[in-house]
Amino acid sequence: MATQSTIFSPELAARFDKLVTLYPLRRSALIPMLLYAQDEIGYISPAVMAEVAARIGIQENDVLSVLSYYSLLRTKPAGKFNVQVCTNICCMLRGGNELFEHCSKRLGVGHKGVTPDGVFSLEEVECIGACSWAPAVQINYDFHENLTPESMDKILDQYREKAGK
Amino acid sequence: MAYLTTHPDVVPIISLRFGKGAISIDKYIELGGYESTRKAIEMGPEAIIAEMKASNLRGRGGAGFPTGMKWSFVPKQSEKPKYILVNGDESEPATCKDRLIFEHDPHSVIEGVIIAGLAVGAKMGFIYLRGEYRYLLKIMEKAIDEAYAKGFLGKNIFGSGIEFEAVSHTGAGAYEVGEESALMESLEGKRGIPRIRPPFPAVVGLYGGPTVINNAETLATVPHIIRMGGAEYAKIGTERNGGTRLFCLSGHVEKPGVYELPMGYNLKKMIYDVGGGIPGGKKLKAVVPGGSSTPILTADEIDIGMDFDQVGKAGSMLGSGGVVALDETVCMVEFALRTMKFYQHESCGWCIPCREGTDWLKKSLTRLHAGGGVDKDIDNIRYLAENMLGRTFCPLGDAAAMPTIAFVKKFRKEFEDHLDGKGCPYHHSHEHEAVLA
Repeated sequence: MATQSTIFSPELAARFDKLVTLYPLRRSALIPMLLYAQDEIGYISPAVMAEVAARIGIQENDVLSVLSYYSLLRTKPAGKFNVQVCTNICCMLRGGNELFEHCSKRLGVGHKGVTPDGVFSLEEVECIGACSWAPAVQINYDFHENLTPESMDKILDQYREKAGK
Repeated sequence: MAYLTTHPDVVPIISLRFGKGAISIDKYIELGGYESTRKAIEMGPEAIIAEMKASNLRGRGGAGFPTGMKWSFVPKQSEKPKYILVNGDESEPATCKDRLIFEHDPHSVIEGVIIAGLAVGAKMGFIYLRGEYRYLLKIMEKAIDEAYAKGFLGKNIFGSGIEFEAVSHTGAGAYEVGEESALMESLEGKRGIPRIRPPFPAVVGLYGGPTVINNAETLATVPHIIRMGGAEYAKIGTERNGGTRLFCLSGHVEKPGVYELPMGYNLKKMIYDVGGGIPGGKKLKAVVPGGSSTPILTADEIDIGMDFDQVGKAGSMLGSGGVVALDETVCMVEFALRTMKFYQHESCGWCIPCREGTDWLKKSLTRLHAGGGVDKDIDNIRYLAENMLGRTFCPLGDAAAMPTIAFVKKFRKEFEDHLDGKGCPYHHSHEHEAVLA
């Protein structure tokens, strides 16, 4: 058990210690664990995979098999702010594609690209559940809805300010 | 934050406490919360299931299976523990209703889970939220903690001697996990791949125990049915379609939003009156009545009541309540392609007809939309889709095939207009407009 030498913060490690006890089977904690680990570390690095596997008591290969299935989990770093533009049907009808292109031009990167300063990454995503408030974007976990290219610019400016760059 | 909208025809049952601060347990109790659970403890399992059957509540996830009947399939005696599983993986494009419930009334879901547990003899419930809904997970975690603190969850709920535990859980992005058996796999920490049925979850489900899986909206409705009485609730809807449901209006309408309307509400009225009609004086071309997997209806087919039976009779499905309006400027080939791109992306790859079918269809539609299609492509698309139907473990293959068949059948002319290198007749006009603007 890797609790003595953990790569996670003490808070997250404590959270994981509790998480595995909540379910009838430890393995049920796997997916939330990977997501919370990614929130802290930025992506699922080999070290994250190894520690999560040890905490659950499964092989690293099993962890890789599971994480490759879920679209929110990534094995490469994203930008500090991951801009996820929905272009699914409801957003498409209300300008989702145009919004994605606008973001792409504005940030200078394409789908899954990261800006050179590491502040932003861009992703075209499937339905995020904001259909009645389309077009919508999720930046990390925050929803931004009923967007226009102009309001999108303001939001990106705010995030850039937050990043201090 | 999701926005609240209303209309004079709205019948607030599930949305009764929306926007009233019911996120805090004290406010929720002040608004009559947790009375239904107390009542249900006194009623006992048989009486709860009888009320549920009387309510004519049908599953709000999409299939519309009668909830009371689903609960009655769980065996009374079981060696393995029984479980309640809330499907809050809401991922069907056009559906954004469960989000409002978790955001404004999380305790109604907890009550629904407890009552379902009382009805079938389960001692544990899981509330599975899609990974994208992280802010809702925080709300749900807090609500569960508060319910424990009040003694509404735990070893001795409401001092009744009955035990019930609830756990909230996050996914990590996968449409397929919204399917009940894939949901169980995911909750067990695995890839979300569907299981073959039978056995059905009611007999062998989560961790091998009998499991009731219900959509979040379905369970959030349960305390209201116990409060009102099943017969009273049933009166609101139409025959065999009790109560109200949250309809998510989106696309080309003036006032998109989530509206709670009685089952059987007229679709045309929903678009033109509740939704305020089509923006910019444009004409309506078509409507997707219940999420992206339901066959499209043309503008002439929408004078129907929105319940499971009437929409079924019209050749489509009520689905998850996601109503999308498409105006005359929409290219149906592009719309079909975007729909298929989604299913191709989300197919878990387990069943070959779905994995290969969605990929072929995406490629064919891409080529056709770009103007590289040939005459026989159109029939091929339909043939491919028809051969996916019913040939997969889970309904994702059907969900991709059914709308595709309808697009070709109802808008064949538009497909033909893309042939012979002509390209998309709509796309050009869009580009033209953009240039002029």
